[in-house]
Amino acid sequence: MELIYALCVGVLTTCGIFLTLRGRTFPVVMGLTMLSYAVNLFLFSSGRLVVNGAAILGTTEQYADPLPQALVLTAIVIGFAMTAYAVILAMRARADLGNDHVDGSEKALDMQMKEKLK
Amino acid sequence: MMQHLPILPVLIPMLVAVLMLLPPFSTTLNRQRAISFVGVIATLAVSIQLILIADSGIINIYQLGNWQAPFGIVLIADRLSSLMILLTMVLAFGALLYGVAADDRTGMFFYPLFMFQLMGINGAFLTGDIFNLFVFFEVLLLASYALVVHGGGKQKTLASVHYVTLNLIGSALFLFALGIMYGVLGTLNIADMAVKVRTLSGADKLLAQVGGMMLLLVFGLKSAMFPLHFWLSRTYSSVSAPVAALFAIMTKVGIYSILRIFTVVFGDHAGELANLAGAWLWPIAILTIAIGAIGALASQTLRMLVSNLVIVSVGTMLCALAINTPESAAAALYYLIHSTLITGAMFLLADAIAEQRGKVLDRFARSRRMCQSLPLGIAFSLAAVSMIGLPPFSGFLGKVMILQTAVEPSEIAWAWSAILIASLMGVIAMSRGGSTMFWRVGGEPNFCEMLPTVKLVAVFFLLAMSPLLVIFGGQITEFTTQTATQIYQQAENPHMLLPSLNTKGG
Repeated sequence: MELIYALCVGVLTTCGIFLTLRGRTFPVVMGLTMLSYAVNLFLFSSGRLVVNGAAILGTTEQYADPLPQALVLTAIVIGFAMTAYAVILAMRARADLGNDHVDGSEKALDMQMKEKLK
Repeated sequence: MMQHLPILPVLIPMLVAVLMLLPPFSTTLNRQRAISFVGVIATLAVSIQLILIADSGIINIYQLGNWQAPFGIVLIADRLSSLMILLTMVLAFGALLYGVAADDRTGMFFYPLFMFQLMGINGAFLTGDIFNLFVFFEVLLLASYALVVHGGGKQKTLASVHYVTLNLIGSALFLFALGIMYGVLGTLNIADMAVKVRTLSGADKLLAQVGGMMLLLVFGLKSAMFPLHFWLSRTYSSVSAPVAALFAIMTKVGIYSILRIFTVVFGDHAGELANLAGAWLWPIAILTIAIGAIGALASQTLRMLVSNLVIVSVGTMLCALAINTPESAAAALYYLIHSTLITGAMFLLADAIAEQRGKVLDRFARSRRMCQSLPLGIAFSLAAVSMIGLPPFSGFLGKVMILQTAVEPSEIAWAWSAILIASLMGVIAMSRGGSTMFWRVGGEPNFCEMLPTVKLVAVFFLLAMSPLLVIFGGQITEFTTQTATQIYQQAENPHMLLPSLNTKGG
């Protein structure tokens, strides 16, 4: 289980970082979302992975650490709000600047395309 | 009542902000202005009370809901926190005074956002729990995201895309770091972390080291240290004036966090992880100063120039933190007070100048004479002299104090040359900009639109702090010295910040 879990976090983080480095706002927002998923999973595991463990005293023999669950809940709420804001901002930037490049101009992107065509 | 004081700097702005969204206040701008002033002045009064209590050496530990620390959340009002809160509120008062004149009409919800921002900043300074530090960072960031685009316009949107994206990545890194720290130490209370970090060794030590360095990265992004400073100049130079003035404290939130975490948790007493950031801070500080000074020389507008000088001041403070003695921390705190207030004044002044110059705005180019060139000129020369660090104002005093705390020959060589050369470059950039704006005038203005008096009052209110910082220099340096000593005492004995089992909290 640990291996699968670690792989999930790793793959999500990798994809997130790759996407945030892209030039257009949509992949960047996707990347931020993935990064926040990865972070939530990672935070959750910081209390160690326990199967069939309750977080409430007096209910089971085996306990899971409740604090990371509370932290993840906070992080999810904040991450969700931030993503919503990033989406709105991306749309606003598209409207204000006339394109969806993060630098506000297509120039950099055009240069890349030309390089590729050569 | 007195025991509840530490929570008030968070509660008052929040309540005021929420009130402003409700009918009797949400309908009229004048009522919002009035209640914002009431809120800011009330918080200012609380912060003065807090600093008086802290000055007697008491560390006010407020346990929310009376949950025992380190299991519950605590707020800590020691000298450092109280000082930062007072500084924030003085700056906020100046910014608000300027905002009242016009900038609140360019968009909706200026005052609620302003108040939420204050709530986040105050909370970040007060909290004694690193996860809460993250939460308050998010509160102040969310408010700042909205304030960056407040008023609208291409430049603001463009700056905001970078600012938001970078800070979202920063938040993700912060959470990764917190996860690592909790996984290794099993606690998120700063004092408790400091206790636990001493016993680490082997693989746990390495993990904590990774976590600690990620924290440095996050705080570095907030404080705009090299190479994470690229967002700053564009953001600060495009936002509206009161927002830019308030943002002067934002880089200091990063500096404060570095001082707090890397002195108390990863300081001299952290066992195998002692002085985790020390080796990194030196080159980063020098490079930050260098890049800021180069940027200052290349700046084409006054706001860009001020933004780059902010980067220089960040580097100067990092330099003092890198020296890592109580004396250098005290000097850094004095410089921090000066830099925050003067930067705030400078951003307000830049906006006032831009308003008087018509289409040229604050660009360094030939234009018609300013209508009110006399008060603006006096304000500019005062602010410029103070900001670059020429005698007789507070910038000079702050820099001298930082330079004096460098003791080792290598420290002296690096710190003195970097700070002094950067000052020289600042002088060149400022005098070039100032002489272009005030003296290279082509003809009289066509029509005169006077600045509202309240704007000038706001500028001079913040500017007056610079001579005051010199006149009361003795008392202030005494306070900052005691503050720095207290922080180093906390590093030595973190149990100071952990109340014993039977004390009563809130």
